[in-house]
Amino acid sequence: MDKAIQDQIVGIISEKFESDVLSVEVPYGFLTINFAKEKIIDLIRYLYDHPVAKFRYLTTLCGIHYPDNKQIAVMYQLHNLVDNWRIRIKIFLPEDNPVTPTLTTIFAGANWMERETYDFFGVRFTGHPDLRRILNVEDMVIFPLRKDIPLEDQTREDKKDFMFGR
Amino acid sequence: METTDLKTSDIKLVEKPEGYEGAGFFATSLDKVVGLARKNSIWPLPFATSCCGIEFMATMGAHYDLARFGSERLSFSPRQADLLMVMGTIAKKMGPVLRQVYEQMAEPRWVLSVGACACSGGIFDTYSVLQGIDRIIPVDVYVPGCPPRPEQIINGIMRIQHLVETESVRRRDSPEYKAMLNKYGIE
Repeated sequence: MDKAIQDQIVGIISEKFESDVLSVEVPYGFLTINFAKEKIIDLIRYLYDHPVAKFRYLTTLCGIHYPDNKQIAVMYQLHNLVDNWRIRIKIFLPEDNPVTPTLTTIFAGANWMERETYDFFGVRFTGHPDLRRILNVEDMVIFPLRKDIPLEDQTREDKKDFMFGR
Repeated sequence: METTDLKTSDIKLVEKPEGYEGAGFFATSLDKVVGLARKNSIWPLPFATSCCGIEFMATMGAHYDLARFGSERLSFSPRQADLLMVMGTIAKKMGPVLRQVYEQMAEPRWVLSVGACACSGGIFDTYSVLQGIDRIIPVDVYVPGCPPRPEQIINGIMRIQHLVETESVRRRDSPEYKAMLNKYGIE
């Protein structure tokens, strides 16, 4: 996607949400907009309905943990299938209380993605029709992809130092 | 029936157990007869979830031929199986399923844990994988390896055969056995 189109998309967003755009970056040529968390649903609805932007396909949605900033980001990747434009929108939620409205009101396909994000990062999507764990066991008490959760199973005995004479 | 066919054939039959023999009778202990019969007709239930299952397929195939050990009849119903062969990574979400399969098996039942994952979680030391099936069901024989070769699986089967052969017919009624099952929360 060349620079002119990127500027055009940023222009479309700034038209209505100028004060809500936190920053714009283009890592590896992929237009990324860091956005205010309060208006994320309004923005995606606006981009969906906009006659030029036409972002009507949700490619993916996921969580990212930034332990240094004590933030959990939710990343939305949208696709304009007519012009083959792609953008990424990120919102940042506080680590201790990550709550954001559900996107299922616009994209039904967001249902399982939001369940997955809840499952692994503990992000609570208000208004989600069925927010429960999707991949992990139901009785799991941790959100395993948060960086403060150790990867290894802590109950494992056979990798203790004394097994190796240490 | 003529016995000369058997003498010239290279098919090996199981040796008869120790006992007293005379004209028209043969006396031995019930344990030995039952053990002999069970040992040579084990019906395995393959619970194959990953690459160890592929090794098992080779083990069942004509080249390695598990049928030589009387185990050619795989039972895909746990109710008729004698031996549960767990081969592959068991995710925590699979745990209750495996447990239910074990509970559905009739006594006497044995469990063979094939491969590093089934034995200890293997390389999958992570939140989503069960760190060894012996956390949810009792295991009789462990076969290490990642994955173990068919020879190793056959060795594991032979160890199981040894256990089956030498097990007392009363073992499953003993309080020790019940206590062991209770430790796993079964029954």
